[in-house]
Amino acid sequence: MQFEPATPVTVTLSRSTFTGLRCKECGHDYPASARHVCEDVCFGPLEVVYDYDLIRSRVSRATIEAGPVSIWRYRDFLPVEGDPIDVGTGFTPLLRADRLARRLGLKHLYIKNDGVNMPTLSFKDRVVSVALTRARELGFTTVSCASTGNLANSTAAIAAHAGLECCVFIPSDLELGKVLGTLIYNPTLMAVKGNYDQVNRLCSEVANTYGWGFVNINLRPYYSEGSKTLGYEVIEQLGWQLPDHIVAPLASGSLFTKIRKGFDEFIKVGLVDEKPVRFSGAQAEGCSPIAQAFAAGRDFITPVKPNTIAKSIAIGNPADGPYAIDIANTTGGSIAAVSDAEIIEGIKLLAETEGVFTETAGGTTIAVLRKLVEQGRINSEETTVAYITGNGLKTTEAVSASIGEPYLIEAQLDSFNAAWQRAQAQQV
Amino acid sequence: MAVQVLIPTPLQKYTNDEASVAIEADSVDALIDGLDNQFPGIKGRLCDDTGRLRRFLNVYVNSEDIRFLDNQATALADGDEVSIVPAVAGG
Repeated sequence: MQFEPATPVTVTLSRSTFTGLRCKECGHDYPASARHVCEDVCFGPLEVVYDYDLIRSRVSRATIEAGPVSIWRYRDFLPVEGDPIDVGTGFTPLLRADRLARRLGLKHLYIKNDGVNMPTLSFKDRVVSVALTRARELGFTTVSCASTGNLANSTAAIAAHAGLECCVFIPSDLELGKVLGTLIYNPTLMAVKGNYDQVNRLCSEVANTYGWGFVNINLRPYYSEGSKTLGYEVIEQLGWQLPDHIVAPLASGSLFTKIRKGFDEFIKVGLVDEKPVRFSGAQAEGCSPIAQAFAAGRDFITPVKPNTIAKSIAIGNPADGPYAIDIANTTGGSIAAVSDAEIIEGIKLLAETEGVFTETAGGTTIAVLRKLVEQGRINSEETTVAYITGNGLKTTEAVSASIGEPYLIEAQLDSFNAAWQRAQAQQV
Repeated sequence: MAVQVLIPTPLQKYTNDEASVAIEADSVDALIDGLDNQFPGIKGRLCDDTGRLRRFLNVYVNSEDIRFLDNQATALADGDEVSIVPAVAGG
């Protein structure tokens, strides 16, 4: 008698909770493939559609708390089907910032510090972890992006980890730390003679003919969902509560809209009690198309040509700008811009009061936070969260001329004593 | 007066999968009409009912956004390159 091997039973146990893509403007539906605009009707951006009843049946505060210490504890809210690429991204510190709060005249201020996000020290690791997981599921073997620096770092690093080919595009004038922080992962790096908006246009043209997964173009609907985790984490880290007011940097406007979506989804599935949250956005004066439109009461963006030290948020033609304006208006928030000098002061203020060294985008956020408090647009009683999205060690050029120098001394006590007296005299 | 037009992937189904097409036109508006003559239906994707380019579409003439030029009235010359680019996320 011959024994037949047991018939293998294939169980399809899809863990995905998303059902497709839908146009944010006109509601037209599309399958969950690599596409980013409503090509059949209006060219509006596509958003991932979820089955919230299914999510509600699966998740609770307890299931999330028992999950990995990364963005993947929220995987039921993310558009992936199989095993994620988990490089430890997410669940960064939410610091109670009492010293900065006192300096500004606030009582309940928190810093969400994505400057220590993994693996490349910016919030972009969140969106790229999701985008490359989805890229792999969709069959892409080469991934790409247009970047102001942080996205290039993250795409190159996580592609290396996942074994994906990588070709990224950046403006040629980026900070050395951002260039080096991409090249070390050995992608093909294209430094384009032009600003970010020109890089982005070129990438869109490349995407027309190369069959690559561009995280911020044809993978955009999946990519941008990763930013929702910055909303989820703040809720969880505040003890399953919403803040009263958030301040975040605005580049394309995508992060801002996705923090809001994260808050709304946790309300929708019953993980947090609903309450109003005000959303305020921060831009650099040298690239402030969203702040300008907000100030003028416009709901459309007039593009600008960037000229600021805040290169990571220097997007002159921000795709999600109109949505960011709508959120600020409907929540009673504000959008403001600050000068490069104020940005440097913001970087120094955060470092000196809280021990957090952020890059220019974070300096922009802190400077705008200060401005909005001074203008009375943030109430001192509000529980306020400022999102710090990147690390200062990547943009040392921005502050190197503004932070003094070390005392060069001999290895002798006399030399130290003399220098110490000079230091004390300078502090007075 | 031929202008080269770069067609984004989502619109290539109108252009027989061509990523680049040549059109006779002396302005962006004329180019949109010229495209529609050659590839019927494409104007309805590019523009709303009033003929204005949809707000999530960017159009560049020789790499310059037409909003820095003369919008849809921007003049075109022989050999110009026009690129149609849907808005994307960033950072």
